[in-house]
Amino acid sequence: MFTVSNIIIAILAVILTPLLGGLIAGLDRKLTARLQGRYGPPILQPFYDVFKLLGKSKMMVNGTQVFCAWIYLISAVSSVLLFALRSDLLMIFFVLTIGSVFLAIGASSTPSPYSQIGAQRELIQMLTYEPLLIVVFVSIYFVTGSFKIDDILSYPRPIFLSLPLIYLVLGFALTIKLRKSPFDISTSHHGHQEIVKGVLTEYSGPHLALIEIAHWYEIMLVLGICGLFWSTSWIGLLLLLIVTYAAEVVVDNLVTRATWRWMLTYVWGVGISLAFFNIAFLYANRFVN
Amino acid sequence: MQAIKNLIKKSRIKSPWLLHYDCSSCNGCDIEILACLTPLYDVERFGIINAGNPKHADILLVTGGVNNRNKHVLQNIYAQMPDPKVVVCVGACGNTGGIFRDAYNILGGVDKAIPVDVYVPGCPPKPEAIIDGVVKALGILAEKSENLKNCVEQEDDR
Ligand code: SF4
Repeated sequence: MFTVSNIIIAILAVILTPLLGGLIAGLDRKLTARLQGRYGPPILQPFYDVFKLLGKSKMMVNGTQVFCAWIYLISAVSSVLLFALRSDLLMIFFVLTIGSVFLAIGASSTPSPYSQIGAQRELIQMLTYEPLLIVVFVSIYFVTGSFKIDDILSYPRPIFLSLPLIYLVLGFALTIKLRKSPFDISTSHHGHQEIVKGVLTEYSGPHLALIEIAHWYEIMLVLGICGLFWSTSWIGLLLLLIVTYAAEVVVDNLVTRATWRWMLTYVWGVGISLAFFNIAFLYANRFVN
Repeated sequence: MQAIKNLIKKSRIKSPWLLHYDCSSCNGCDIEILACLTPLYDVERFGIINAGNPKHADILLVTGGVNNRNKHVLQNIYAQMPDPKVVVCVGACGNTGGIFRDAYNILGGVDKAIPVDVYVPGCPPKPEAIIDGVVKALGILAEKSENLKNCVEQEDDR
């Protein structure tokens, strides 16, 4: 386990992931601005934002909040680490979940109603995407016979070809994780809307920066899981990721925010039926061949 | 360490998040402020975001004169913003009370309640003037963060 190459991979993953995540966030903002007919901020804007936040004075409501922000960051970093070390998908999933739970706990530890509503909505979002993620992982297991990323990578064909509908299901989870419309329910995209910034309302300055960095790690992790679907060639992988992210940005600009009821019923209904069809098809295929 | 400090210093001017508070303006100034966010002026190209949350904001944009009611709200919002922060008051009413100054409930300009760094004149000021005021405020923000650091260092020395 602790070979030199593993340690180098781990260090590279921890350092490069937020850089890539920040760049993607910057490109995202630029593309969004262009779609809206605006010039848009510089590509490096997310980094400026985070460094500015790191330099602001600390202002906290209580200690729990700070603790939760750190746990959120630590869990995001460790799940990326586990991913880079090609460990178990289920393990990664559980580590990721811990972080999200702590983010909600931190938000609900403050008396602000915006933060409280945000925390509750965050929990509902988790309730929505977590079963879907599990379904995705189980389907991957169904095809490759393993939860280990190592084995999944050594599968000879792109998994996407066997699981195209499951990939759409993963797309729902990605949209929720990215906090993009129509699922930007727990933290609204723009702070001047009805719940201000939802879960993030009471985090400020350096602690908000921690959460932002953790968010970059999470985005990269989910994109990494998307990447597993075309792990056989680099070109296929890049194309898949670019198309996926571009679709996310376009959808983000096209639709308005959903209510949590709509999200829960729609995402579960559509997601689970898509998954069902995909698995049923694969199962039938087995009998035919 | 110095590199990180420089980066933070640079980032401060590159990423000003605004908070817009309407004291008791006639809404003319507010519409001009919102016009800055439209594709025509697009202040996001300077990294400016309408944060809507005092805890995330660096610059407080205030329109309209202060009265006895909203004085406390304004002071509360100001206190909730983490340092370094600057205040820009927009329009004649925010500067002095404007045409409402003789009204029985108006105390005067925004500086009657909180310290103001930049005054943008006009009734209402053009979006260009507001953007100019915000850019001016960025210079003051940079200066203030220098002083803030000195204060902290002095406290540390003590
Ligand atoms: S300065 Fe003019 S436009 Fe602005 S709030 Fe006062 S009266 Fe209205």
